[in-house]
Amino acid sequence: MINSLFLISHSGDIFLEKHWKSVISRSVCDYFLEAKEKAGDPENVAPVLQTPHHYLISIYRGKLFFLSVTQTEVPPLFVIEFLHRVADTFQDYFGDCSEVVIKENTVTVYELLEEMLDNGFPLATESNVLKEMIRPPTILRSVVNTLTGGSNVGGTLPTGQLSNVPWRRAGVKYTNNEAYFDVIEEIDAILDKSGTTVFAEIQGVVEACVKLTGMPDLTLSFMNPRLLDDVSFHPCVRFKRWESERVLSFIPPDGNFRLMSYHVSSQNLVAIPVYVKQNISFLETGSCGRLDITIGPKQTMGKSVENLTVTIPMPKSVLSVNLTATQGTYTFDLTTKVVLWDVGKLNPQKLPNLRGSISIQTGSPKPEENPSINIGLQIQQLAISAGLKVSRLDMYGEKYKPFKGVKYVTKAGKFQVRT
Amino acid sequence: MQEWASQLCENRQFGSKMTDSKYFTTTKKGEIFELKAELNSDKKEKKKEAVKKVIASMTVGKDVSALFPDVVNCMQTDNLELKKLVYLYLMNYAKSQPDMAIMAVNTFVKDCEDPNPLIRALAVRTMGCIRVDKITEYLCEPLRKCLKDEDPYVRKTAAVCVAKLHDINAQLVEDQGFLDTLKDLISDSNPMVVANAVAALSEIAESHPNSNLLDLNPQTINKLLTALNECTEWGQIFILDCLANYTPRDDRESQSICERVTPRLSHANSAVVLSAVKVLMKFMEMLPKDLDYYGTLLKKLAPPLVTLLSAEPELQYVALRNINLIVQRRPEILKHEMKVFFVKYNDPIYVKLEKLDIMIRLASQANIAQVLAELKEYATEVDVDFVRKAVRAIGRCAIKVEQSAERCVSTLLDLIQTKVNYVVQEAIVVIKDIFRKYPNKYESVIATLCENLDSLDEPEARAAMIWIVGEYAERIDNADELLESFLEGFHDESTQVQLQLLTAIVKLFLKKPTETQELVQQVLSLATQDSDNPDLRDRGYIYWRLLSTDPVAAKEVVLAEKPLISEETDLIEPTLLEELICHIGTLASVYHKPPSAFVEGSRGVQHKRLPGSAGSGESVESPDTGSAAGVSDAPPAVIPSQGDLLGDLLNLDLTPPATTGPPPPATSGMQLGAMDLLGGGLDSLLGGDLGGSSAMGAGFGAPPAAPAASFSAPVSGGLDDLFDLGGGVGMPMGTYSPPKTVWLPAMKGKGLEISGTFARRAGVIQMEMTLTNKAMSVMTDFAIQFNRNSFGLAPAGPLQVLTPLSPNQSIEVTLPLNTVGPVMKMDPLNNLQVAVKNNIDVFYFSCQYPISMLFVEDGKMERQVFLATWKDISNDNEAQFQIKDCHLSSDAASNKLQGSNIFTIAKRTVDGQDMLYQSTKLSNGIWVLAELRVQTGNPTFTVSLAQQTVWSNHCSDCAANY
Repeated sequence: MINSLFLISHSGDIFLEKHWKSVISRSVCDYFLEAKEKAGDPENVAPVLQTPHHYLISIYRGKLFFLSVTQTEVPPLFVIEFLHRVADTFQDYFGDCSEVVIKENTVTVYELLEEMLDNGFPLATESNVLKEMIRPPTILRSVVNTLTGGSNVGGTLPTGQLSNVPWRRAGVKYTNNEAYFDVIEEIDAILDKSGTTVFAEIQGVVEACVKLTGMPDLTLSFMNPRLLDDVSFHPCVRFKRWESERVLSFIPPDGNFRLMSYHVSSQNLVAIPVYVKQNISFLETGSCGRLDITIGPKQTMGKSVENLTVTIPMPKSVLSVNLTATQGTYTFDLTTKVVLWDVGKLNPQKLPNLRGSISIQTGSPKPEENPSINIGLQIQQLAISAGLKVSRLDMYGEKYKPFKGVKYVTKAGKFQVRT
Repeated sequence: MQEWASQLCENRQFGSKMTDSKYFTTTKKGEIFELKAELNSDKKEKKKEAVKKVIASMTVGKDVSALFPDVVNCMQTDNLELKKLVYLYLMNYAKSQPDMAIMAVNTFVKDCEDPNPLIRALAVRTMGCIRVDKITEYLCEPLRKCLKDEDPYVRKTAAVCVAKLHDINAQLVEDQGFLDTLKDLISDSNPMVVANAVAALSEIAESHPNSNLLDLNPQTINKLLTALNECTEWGQIFILDCLANYTPRDDRESQSICERVTPRLSHANSAVVLSAVKVLMKFMEMLPKDLDYYGTLLKKLAPPLVTLLSAEPELQYVALRNINLIVQRRPEILKHEMKVFFVKYNDPIYVKLEKLDIMIRLASQANIAQVLAELKEYATEVDVDFVRKAVRAIGRCAIKVEQSAERCVSTLLDLIQTKVNYVVQEAIVVIKDIFRKYPNKYESVIATLCENLDSLDEPEARAAMIWIVGEYAERIDNADELLESFLEGFHDESTQVQLQLLTAIVKLFLKKPTETQELVQQVLSLATQDSDNPDLRDRGYIYWRLLSTDPVAAKEVVLAEKPLISEETDLIEPTLLEELICHIGTLASVYHKPPSAFVEGSRGVQHKRLPGSAGSGESVESPDTGSAAGVSDAPPAVIPSQGDLLGDLLNLDLTPPATTGPPPPATSGMQLGAMDLLGGGLDSLLGGDLGGSSAMGAGFGAPPAAPAASFSAPVSGGLDDLFDLGGGVGMPMGTYSPPKTVWLPAMKGKGLEISGTFARRAGVIQMEMTLTNKAMSVMTDFAIQFNRNSFGLAPAGPLQVLTPLSPNQSIEVTLPLNTVGPVMKMDPLNNLQVAVKNNIDVFYFSCQYPISMLFVEDGKMERQVFLATWKDISNDNEAQFQIKDCHLSSDAASNKLQGSNIFTIAKRTVDGQDMLYQSTKLSNGIWVLAELRVQTGNPTFTVSLAQQTVWSNHCSDCAANY
């Protein structure tokens, strides 16, 4: 199982180590740093590495490497999932998961890590349980603790730890009882030069924010649950009832959590909300090129497209761009060579257009690769998978009447247009 | 309002102070001293802050072990946070201060009795982490209590503690009976305790592979399945991995487990999903394929696998490595999901490469158009490695999906037009493979390829281009000029290119002999005289000799039809695949290696196998296991190795498979055999009386030292000898024995020259040698040994050289041989490696024996048997060729052959042709049947050979020389 954890900054600085079994020298990280050097881009470091005596399994999050060391055969997915959980926990506790924040909170970080893993086996990874054991640092609590000599560490056994609902703590109390659900759908798509869909699928999630007193037992039903054939659930969801009745029945964790995620596969017809007319060309001889992009609405189901952005990573030999946008603003990052066009809201009457010239380093040949255009967008109040709709939410086990709400939003995920 | 503002102000002040980074800011002077003072402070708060400072230093690797006694003093406290902090410190430094650590034991023991279960658990957990032998003794009693604690939280912590203790002192754990207690916990009422017990036992079992700790039976399985539904996600992983080791009794149990595991496929944790996939993939093997449930299960497996691909890139990578295995084992699961493997622009490179690999595995006629369009797109990406792999993938598609070949070729041509250097080179390498797979189909593109000749700078691409030019020399007008241009920098080329160039020019010469004589001489002399590379020299010599002795034969060898390359060269070998399927989700599945290949230490890792199918009518599993069985049935020595003699000779460059796939059975085996036959045949045909037969093969490594001049000496093949009219017709005179040849030249034998031959006399195989002492001193103490060889030849007695051998003296020795020695397939088959020892040194040489001496005397088959056998043998195992210039009547030939134990079973005359049906048997019991057609007045005999195994092809061929 997991033996040690090293936190390494993207520049290769090892700034925290934690061992759950015997201590492993940090020199083991040299193998990783070597691989990182070779990969160039930190995102391209392979997540599973083998050294003569250890296995290194790592993730890259928030410009940090979480590197775990194991000595025996372990399921690598288990380790990777756990590392992501660690990063999530830091995010949850400190509002950010960066080198600075972690350095500022080393002791809490250490306490957390000790609580999350015992002898390499995960112990408490549910945010609810952890927060009962180690309270997140807040300014107010620090003040109170300093004055009263109180402590950040819970003194009693978290109630959720061993019950059948480890994700929920007992004795939750709210004055306003509310349960909100966000249905968020992301379109992953690849369009080819002519605008034809090469591949498109939808990743959907139902994010919940539940603040209910006591032990509520909720049932969420959908208008058209048949759409969902590929789903993963939060452990709280009773799978049997889903199988037989196609309803989500669960005792919710307290606070924010992801109730379920689903997948509408590429075999179904996926609506593409916008079309992109584009032409990026480089002259065969000269040291310049042209760029011309227009975006228009396609299948938006009558809703408006907002927060439209266009990102184009240019070939490395591009020196500068001279463009004009009819709407929004554009920037060109000289080091990463990325053109970022922030369009804003899409106006179907007056389609946004970005055009102009690209200059290339003199003497360098015509770029060999075709840059791809990445689109970001948001459509409020629409689930683009053609109508996944929540029909009702029922609550059992408690007497009060909660506030309920459902929001829908469609976003572009990995949405790219080839040129 | 004002008050509120001032409070905020204060807060901010606190805020800046409240972060842990302040613990790092101590004055340089006397840092440890200062901390010591603070630790011993009376104020609780100050103490805690001090410990925090100590911990902060510890996290960044500073040595604060000097504070050990002071920190341990803070342990006796009711402040849980302080206690935890001290424990953190203890775990880190106890090992360096074992004596002091004992100080802490009392507190631990006391805490294990605390009414608060959290404290009990904390104590037992921390104690287990202190890796000091002395402490472990004190740990046993508290641990025993905690394992039976009323609170499940304490029990589950204690379960893990057993694993910790086992890691420190395994003997102690066994002696104290903790393992049994742990096993009992599998039946615990709390699912979390069960999961932790399973995890602990699995970890302990890993270091004791045969301990049978996890004794799985239907009852425990049932308990595990119950706990599976209720425990945490991590616990589910442990339980699923444990379940995967179980072998159900029958298909019904298998199905019921599958049914209870399937809901795990919808878990949000990808590790749970993959572990569930492992269990299902394994237990599915036992389900009858006609069962409805089997189909349902197959359908259920696809969506979760696809979903894994929308997770973080690290998870995707592991998932893809596993999917790669799954699609090889059960391609039907994901055959409709090609699109999810399309590469996205911002995928990390390690994800891109894996996706590409799976795309090719899933490519079929149905989706090839899409795949090709994608691959073409990838060929214009930024990353060079990825682009290369994409181009290669196009070639693999062409070879895999025949209908797409034309499309692939035109796609590759488009890519060549881009003139991007590495794309062009990669494309040429794969086009060569396409030519090999579909000969005489796409040669129209050669002209385009030739245009890019100058831009090729990588050896592999150059070699491929040269191969193409040589192979299609007759269609390329200026082939000689092209090849000549390569020849200029011959010595600067890599070996790969040099070898290819040599072969290509010889091919060219054979096709256009008139205008290329000079060129071929140039390359032969470059290869044989100016090169230090033995492979190159060997190949040069053999071509030279072939060309100078018998250009017709050379043509037959060099321009022989080549075997087609196989479709899937990169599949994982089926038995390995089976084992890896059992390890889905583990490191083994990521490395695609069995755990035994990389898991540390000598712990005997058990090889896992998929369970067999239970259904009665299910004997035929799947094609790949079928072929695996086929391969293992045949003795390994019989399989012609892939880098076969002639393959090498002709530089077929099969782009050898990366993995150790089984050589494609039947058809291509036959082809290789046939190749071998030609090569071997020619060897003995031409080399019969030439010196140093070891100079023959490029297939074996001994560098030849035979002078090039001897090759131009007139050659009379063994064939002529045999059919020479000199011998009295009708006189049985023992088997044919070739004249003696020099096996060990004096130059190599430090003055000892050995020449010799083989003969079969009165049923005994004999090795007849002449030993000549050309040195200045006397030689004594002769001995001889053989290396393992194809027919198990071994000396039947010692080498009889009784008197010392004086300078310039020769001695004739006859060594009787038997065929009971160890067997190993040699290349060529009739190669024999010999070691001769005398008082000076040990000398090694290899020689080739005529197969005919292995023909045994009882090789005469019954007529009926002959007829039946002849019919039984498939056409594939037949070979036909002609013997020229043989002026014998059929009777005379028959008699002569009988002398060599080739028996004529029947004779008939059709249209003036005498047909002789003959049989012979080899010393290892293999029968060879032959049909000899003799046309009166025509000196050419036609021989058709048939035998039951491919392998003996070669022998029979040699026999036919007589």
